[in-house]
Amino acid sequence: MERTTLDLWVGMFVVAGIAALVVLALKVGNLSTYNVSDTYQLQAYFSNIGGLKPQASIKSAGVLVGRVTAITLDTSRYEAKVVMSVDKRYQFPKDTFANILTSGLLGEQYIGLMPGGDEKMLANGEELKKTQSAVMLEDLIGKFIYNKAESSGPAK
Amino acid sequence: MPVVKSLRAIGHKGVNAVWRTGYAARFLLLTLLYSGTSFRRFHLTVREIFSSGVMSLIIIVVAGMFVGMVLGLQGYETLKRYGSESALGSLVALSLVRELGPVLAALLFASRAGSAMTAEIGLMKATEQLSAMEMMAVNPIARVVAPRFWAGVISMPLLSALFSAMGVFGGFVVGVVLIGVDEGSFWSQMQSAVDFQHDILNGVIKSVVFGVAVTAISLFEGYDAPPTAEGVSGATTRTVVQSSLAILILDFILTAFMFRGD
Repeated sequence: MERTTLDLWVGMFVVAGIAALVVLALKVGNLSTYNVSDTYQLQAYFSNIGGLKPQASIKSAGVLVGRVTAITLDTSRYEAKVVMSVDKRYQFPKDTFANILTSGLLGEQYIGLMPGGDEKMLANGEELKKTQSAVMLEDLIGKFIYNKAESSGPAK
Repeated sequence: MPVVKSLRAIGHKGVNAVWRTGYAARFLLLTLLYSGTSFRRFHLTVREIFSSGVMSLIIIVVAGMFVGMVLGLQGYETLKRYGSESALGSLVALSLVRELGPVLAALLFASRAGSAMTAEIGLMKATEQLSAMEMMAVNPIARVVAPRFWAGVISMPLLSALFSAMGVFGGFVVGVVLIGVDEGSFWSQMQSAVDFQHDILNGVIKSVVFGVAVTAISLFEGYDAPPTAEGVSGATTRTVVQSSLAILILDFILTAFMFRGD
């Protein structure tokens, strides 16, 4: 085969392959919603994080505003320290409430931010003071069964 | 003495295996060492990309399409039981990008292009073309082997990306167009489930590793083939068997490192 035709075919092949990668990155993957550069770090302490994992989403009013970057156990207070990176476009008041919520009954856990009324905004590296731990389904069921047993009175 | 005889056979096999491994490692090292030519005279590599990459396009595209369609059908049937048909997009995309794309593309590449490479180099050796090159002070590894190696390494990730993209398209055709899963949730669930670094980039890394493994095995088997018709045919068979096994084993190892835990 002639060299120019060969080059043409190989060029088409390489362009098609790279195009497929770009399609995968933008259409299939989350690169289009991915901007690592413009974030600021916040941290929060939870007494129980349940099934929260790194890379879990952080939502406010249902809108994705950031991701959990690291989860460690702080041994000075024996609570879970969750570091999150939040998009710079979204600023939150100092008294913002951080809850660990579950999407759906058995869905993934995420952090929900409920803004308070403070005038001052949270800056990079600051801590969210007001937190609420994950709701453990097992605990709830346990409490429910215990309550039932209480209300039905002593066994005959 | 039958015991001594069988012991001797085991020893012979062991020594042979170790010797071949060392020879293969030396061969790969020499290929890397002499790969300057394949970039300085890039048209040599381009020619090989044509015969291994471009000629595998049709089988990759068609296979990817059908694998995606089957994933769409089977995934829908399973997800329907849990009432979560909308997760079909993430199921199809994740399984393709993480596993099926790199692995199946590499298996097809090994049987389509790897076997051809082995047969070609084996025959070159059998007809003493390689010795003739050496006589003319042309290094056969630099002139024949290295361009094929780099062509395989360049082609493999591109083919696997094409395979995955076609598979997602096939899943879309079956899931959304034929069955009628909601199009918006198909794409949005897919996008929220597939992470660029964690899933797509790791898939690309996998396919590069498979590309190196498949082409290295094919080239070595060809170069090492006994210079007879029987030897070349045996080497071709070994290429397909060994590179398929290598792909699956490497896939397990890479998956264990990439997707363990979280």
